[in-house]
Amino acid sequence: MLASNKWKGAIYSLVLVIIIWQALSWVLKLPIIPSPWAVLINILNIFSSKIQIHLLYSLGRIMGGIALSILLGVPLGFLMGYFEKVDRLLSPLVYFTYPVPKIALLPIIMLLFGLGEASKLIMIVLIVIFQIIITSRDAVKGIPQEIFRSLQSLGANRLQVFKEIIIPASMADVLTATRLALGTAVSILFFTETFGTQYGMGFFIMDAWMRVNYLDMYAGIVILSLMGFLLFTLIDLQEKRISGWR
Amino acid sequence: MIEIKDLVVKYRRQKQETVALDGINLRMASGDIYTFIGPSGCGKSTLLYVLSGILREYTGKVTIDGHGIDPKTQRIGLILQNYGLLPWKNVYQNITLGIRIKNGQELLDDYGQYILEQLGIESLLDRYPKELSGGQQQRVAIARAFILQPDLLLMDEPFSALDAISREELQDLFLKIWKENNVTTAFITHSVDEALYLGSKIVVFSAAPGRILEVVDNPCFRLDNLRFRDEYYDMCMQLRKILNKGWALGAGKQ
Repeated sequence: MLASNKWKGAIYSLVLVIIIWQALSWVLKLPIIPSPWAVLINILNIFSSKIQIHLLYSLGRIMGGIALSILLGVPLGFLMGYFEKVDRLLSPLVYFTYPVPKIALLPIIMLLFGLGEASKLIMIVLIVIFQIIITSRDAVKGIPQEIFRSLQSLGANRLQVFKEIIIPASMADVLTATRLALGTAVSILFFTETFGTQYGMGFFIMDAWMRVNYLDMYAGIVILSLMGFLLFTLIDLQEKRISGWR
Repeated sequence: MIEIKDLVVKYRRQKQETVALDGINLRMASGDIYTFIGPSGCGKSTLLYVLSGILREYTGKVTIDGHGIDPKTQRIGLILQNYGLLPWKNVYQNITLGIRIKNGQELLDDYGQYILEQLGIESLLDRYPKELSGGQQQRVAIARAFILQPDLLLMDEPFSALDAISREELQDLFLKIWKENNVTTAFITHSVDEALYLGSKIVVFSAAPGRILEVVDNPCFRLDNLRFRDEYYDMCMQLRKILNKGWALGAGKQ
């Protein structure tokens, strides 16, 4: 019931966006704001021939970036949450680097890692990983001491404590952090794709803009938004699945 | 047989040292239920944490069948007041936690199934702890402890958060299952009634720092319909007298 309400909400907001867009294009009558129908028809025409490959590249980069961030950030956060010493050592480092605007690092990253895939992946990881590290650390710290007692009295080893308590207790929080970081990650992805690549939604949109092909440009923007929506929904569903106990 | 010799436990909190347990000497025979009663803050729970191997900083000697406390080799069932269930695991996963860690066993055997039926929780297996009442959660915790087939069962005021009706129901159920297993049990309580009802021996603690005032043999244990008998009320009176005397002494010292 709740799920169907959510879908209804998504459809209402989509309709609202289309109405405003259509109204703007009627009122302004500028080529830079084509009607949503023209864009939709354009998407249908060029999706498989032109957009698809760019979408796959972008999806690959963002999912790779998120996967890498989770693989690196979650264990690090767990160690910081579980071992006070690790936390004391690494927390200042995390707090110090977290507020640095990562986009400012792009030129340095590109110099160090080249113009290819590596620097794009690194940029996404740099954006997403901090939220994941801090959230996993806090999730572990937030587990009440009593929870550990049952396992201690059973003589569980560290690995079992991680498997039975720490991972399940904090996975839902980690996904929430991922979802929060995803928005920034998509906009960073767009930015990195305007350099040194021929593929990706960022390249496609900027290329269409340079060619003054506004229909293609909007088609790219709509597809990029849909990609974001899809990723959000995927994470949402995972979150629901693993936090049923809450 | 559990032997506790000159056990002293001190807590250090912001440079101040508090003595939680002071010179505890006790021999607990195998196959008995010992109830521990005393005022709150007298260190009863501390003793339980020592026996379960959670608390390791103490002086004195504590052995189970001649060996030092080691939860890795001994099988210790722990039942806490707040149930100690893992909220992200359903009832089945919670119940099998003990055997999973101890035996690497994922599935319940016939004995496990029997315990589930005894406790009446076989229909709750795919629920999460938050979907259960306090009484049901405690049944799950009891099932987990018994299915482990422990050498030693430790219970820290397990029924005190329950309403009177569920409490008496669970006390009876616990006794019934216990009588089929005869696990050596240390049962912490602050209720005179519970100490008498469940303990074959009753250990009376003084106010903090915790010392043992007296270990009382409970003649009422194993009598049927205990709460309707005169012996029960006589023992209640006797126990209350010991408690009052000890607490008055404790108060006088301060």
